[in-house]
Amino acid sequence: MLRRLTVLPVLAVLVAAAACAPADDTTAAAPSASGTAACAKESLPLKTAGTLTIGTDKPAYEPWFSDDDPTNGKGFESAVAYAVAEKLGFAETEVKWETVGFDSSYAPGPKTFDFDINQVSISEARAKAVTFSAGYYDVAQAVVGLEDGKFASATGVAALKDAKIGVQVGTTSLTAVQDQIKPGTQPQVFNNQIDAVNALKNKQVDAIVVDLPTAFYVTAAQIEGSKIIGQLPAAGGTPERFGLVLEKGSALVGCLDQALGELRSSGDLAKIQDQWLAAAAGAPVLR
Amino acid sequence: MSTATTWAKSDRQRERERLRRRDARRSGAVATASTVGVFGLAVWALVSSPGWPRVRETFFSWSEFAGSFGDVLSGFWVNVQIFLIAEPIILVVGLAVALARGVRTPAFFPLRALAVAYTDVFRGIPTILLVYLVGFGVPALNLSGAPSSPLALGVIALVLSYGAYVAEVFRAGIASVHPSQLAAARSLGLSRPQALRYVVLPQAIRTVVPPLLNDFASLQKDTALVAVLGVIEALRQAQIHSALTFNYTPYLAAALLFVLLTVPLARFTDWLAARAERRRAPGDR
Repeated sequence: MLRRLTVLPVLAVLVAAAACAPADDTTAAAPSASGTAACAKESLPLKTAGTLTIGTDKPAYEPWFSDDDPTNGKGFESAVAYAVAEKLGFAETEVKWETVGFDSSYAPGPKTFDFDINQVSISEARAKAVTFSAGYYDVAQAVVGLEDGKFASATGVAALKDAKIGVQVGTTSLTAVQDQIKPGTQPQVFNNQIDAVNALKNKQVDAIVVDLPTAFYVTAAQIEGSKIIGQLPAAGGTPERFGLVLEKGSALVGCLDQALGELRSSGDLAKIQDQWLAAAAGAPVLR
Repeated sequence: MSTATTWAKSDRQRERERLRRRDARRSGAVATASTVGVFGLAVWALVSSPGWPRVRETFFSWSEFAGSFGDVLSGFWVNVQIFLIAEPIILVVGLAVALARGVRTPAFFPLRALAVAYTDVFRGIPTILLVYLVGFGVPALNLSGAPSSPLALGVIALVLSYGAYVAEVFRAGIASVHPSQLAAARSLGLSRPQALRYVVLPQAIRTVVPPLLNDFASLQKDTALVAVLGVIEALRQAQIHSALTFNYTPYLAAALLFVLLTVPLARFTDWLAARAERRRAPGDR
């Protein structure tokens, strides 16, 4: 009896270990591509051969996406994604979208997408966990408040010290608030953008900080009687950039960088930006 | 005389003890070997998996742990505050609702109906939904005098939710007191409220202490739900650090703090249960 009892759990672990037998990744080992030939559609290291699988969060917000539908090619990031796909030789029908929550986009291990496009700012710390493409958009953070609010006429960050500020969790907006506004009361951090917007509507916060294109969308479409108080100056001189998120060590990054580089030099990227983020210019910079 | 009759263990007793010691040593050794074997294999399976270096880096990074722990700890203090404020209010609400359900006077029927509706509705709504509804709904009403602090709104939501659970626990406790107790108290000349106050409730409450503590362990963890209202508590603080560095270790730091808080409560519950058992059946082990 005693013997059987000791063997059973050991056996159970062995069976479990065999069941989840270590499977080596084979996708991440390919050499990084540099030449045009290496970026031929057939030789790309894809999750599903012949299909470009792109991830983004749901809901997908304006003006980055339109109608919460990434597949329609409308909105800045959807348009960029399809432009990149075209450069790599994919037809629209060969692009597949996948819903990937922000938190799971950087989970370790194999990913379900070839790349994720979700307004993710590139940073050194984050690059330890994932691979970033080159930046496709330089982003500024902006402060949005109500027109009849206490801080509507603020012209500098110093005037915002006493404001109750709301931000969305996981965004670099929070870092911008902490580093540049340094408010007296701790900022309120919400699960998603809609919660932050509602908190401003309900006057639970005096202002919210979002990236500039979002700020234009918030003031134009989401909250009546709101205004952009101003944009925050870039911290430390280096502009914040959005990049495509790839599985750590993904060999696809070289080809994506090449595609983005071509889109940039041909002016296509600027055209897409003008089309979808045109309003995002001319907000006063807070000093 | 005393030296001559010094009691000594018989040979048979010595032999018996020797055998018992040997058995104890053997089962101890087997238990140790089995434990080492099972955990060793589990660790080996984990560490030898191809993804382990990345998992270690993203979940068990010491530098991330050290870097975020201070912030997570200060966030955790908010959880503790929420718990300490909500806890006594929940006890009062729960007991009041349980008593309201027991009122038999016909004139007070609306009160009883209200109590039943309260437990039915608020036990049915997921706590996180309730936190959302109260936290964003009440300020949207634009009532003057309504609380606007997310912390206060969060506490209200938790009290509404847990009050319903605790009310049912109290009701079960009251129902567990044998009817003869009430009859005896009434026959001694106590009024119904007096009988309830001095005879039924003391017994009922003693019975339900372990399930009550169970609910409180649950409440301790659910204080993290208040994060959705913008409050920066332990979970949210961990999420912020995690999003900043794409590393999950801060979540582990938060989990550790919650465990450290609930474990003493669990041991306390065990101790209370053991004590109650000793009192009920002394010497019967």
